[in-house]
Formats: sequence, structure tokens, C-alpha cells
Amino acid sequence: MKAKIIITPKKAVLDPQGKTVQTALEHMGYTGVTGVHIGKYIEIDLAPGTDKAAASKALNDAAHKLFSNPVIEDYKLEIE
Amino acid sequence: MNFSVLQFPASNCDQDAVHAVRLLGHSAKLVWHKDASLGETDCVIVPGGFSYGDYLRCGAIARFSPVMRAVKQFADNGGLVLGVCNGFQVLTEAGLLPGALIRNRDLQFHCENIFLKTATNDSPFTSRIPAGKILRVPIAHGEGCYFADEETLARLKANNQILWQYCDATGNLTDTANPNGALLNIAGICNEKRNVAGLMPHPERACEPLLGSDDGKWIFESIFAALKNKTVAAEA
Repeated sequence: MKAKIIITPKKAVLDPQGKTVQTALEHMGYTGVTGVHIGKYIEIDLAPGTDKAAASKALNDAAHKLFSNPVIEDYKLEIE
Repeated sequence: MNFSVLQFPASNCDQDAVHAVRLLGHSAKLVWHKDASLGETDCVIVPGGFSYGDYLRCGAIARFSPVMRAVKQFADNGGLVLGVCNGFQVLTEAGLLPGALIRNRDLQFHCENIFLKTATNDSPFTSRIPAGKILRVPIAHGEGCYFADEETLARLKANNQILWQYCDATGNLTDTANPNGALLNIAGICNEKRNVAGLMPHPERACEPLLGSDDGKWIFESIFAALKNKTVAAEA
């Protein structure tokens, strides 16, 4: 079993990395790009047979406290 | 006065902080991050560096160190806590100070002298800074851009919690004087109770003329004065 957490900067937060990559894309000739947001991807291995609901509750808790900083970041959690 | 300077894996301004406090005539000791207690302490300094390699986010792992529970309790009891650079990041991650420090807007690591305007003398960290004095102190960071949502910023302003702002040599809060894109040119703030403060610049690296500036000492002198007043009040 795996948990996947995708962390992205909140919309209101300055994302200079995203901006720089967006500019690079424009310089390369790619058109139609209206925004680039750079975040983090965390993959967590869970023991087989782990209770999905309990894992989701625990990981959401950890995501708030550790994986992301709610002041500047949003996250999405998937367990599969 | 007894200062406790925390030491995390990859702290690198801990010895500078100890040196500055001793140079200015007070005692300082290092406290290892795994220690659960601070020992006899009048003020805690959370020093600069790259605690836990800045993994995940700056300060994100350090805040869970055993010593941070003791620091939180010390702060809750009204003890003075000063976070410098990475220490500021640790204090925001720990929820002891509002907001967050994000990547510098130009993505560059800035290692240079900057100018600081003291926004208020009404704090234990700024009371002795001479009126109108522009402090010249170094910065050395890649993630020093202060961010907080509008509501938090409004609260910081309303409560006079902004302590230091980046300015030019004559004290103007310009965008070019802002090295990292910090909102409102914020270099340092304090909490609502005014006993916990953090700043990105390094006052401990500017406490003797040999180092190019001794302006940083005014921040330490303010802390000494606050602690002395506290002792006098406690004895009275």
C-alpha cells in the first residue's frame, strides 16, 4: 500500500520557482501556459493490509503538522 | 543573565550567539536539541544555520526536537525567546510566531550587509535601540521572504508586532532595499505577548567593530535591560 501526498504553494504565495519555469517555457516557444506552480511529492509505503480510513486520518494529521505548512501550502492525499 | 543557545544538527550560528552574549558581559551555554530541559535560563536564542539540512522545509523538523517542547513552555511562561535566521524559521514552524519564511523572490542566497529600521521600541528586543538609529547588520539566507495572509498582516500592524524592516541607508522602506521580497519589508516580528521575536538578519554577527559593525549589540542590550527590569520587578 502506498500513500501519495502532493504539496503545492497556496495561490496567494509568491512562487518564484514556478514563475521562472514559466518564463523558461515561454522562451522555449511553448504557448498557452498561464501558470506554473512547483510543489513537492511525497510517497509513503504502508504495511500491507493497513486500514485505509485509519491511515487517512493519521496521514492527514501528519500532513497538517509536518508534510505541509498550512500558512503557505495546500496538500492532496491519496491512498492506494 | 543566563542565555541558552539551542544546538540542532547543522546549526551554525550557535557559537556566534554564545560569543556575542559573552562578549557583552553575560553567560551563555549551548543546549543540545535532544535535551528535554533548558536548565537555568533567562533567555533562549534559537540560532541560525540549516537545522536538519533544511529538509522538507526550513525549520520543519527542528520544531519537533525534544528541546522545543521546553522552549514552548518557557515562552508560554513569559520567557524571552529570540530566533535568528533559521531560528526565526523554526519559531514560525513551531507556531510561536505567525507567518512563514519562503524562498527569496530572486531565488538567490543573499549574503550581505543590509540596513534595518526599528519599527517600534515597545518590545524587550528593541527598547534600547537609539531612536532613529538605522542598524547595519548582515543577512545570509535563501529562504527569508516573510509571508503571512492579509488578516495576519493586519493583526501584526494593529498590535505593533513588526519590529524590524529592511530599509536603505537613510531609513526609507524601499523595494530595492528589500533583499528577499518580504511583505511590508518585514525583517523581524514578535508575538502578541511580545516575549518571542524572530528576525532574518544576524545581530550576533555584528556586535564588535572588528566585524564591520557593532549595531547588533543594541538588540542584545535591549534584552539585557528587559531581563534586568524583570529581576528588579520580581525582587520588589
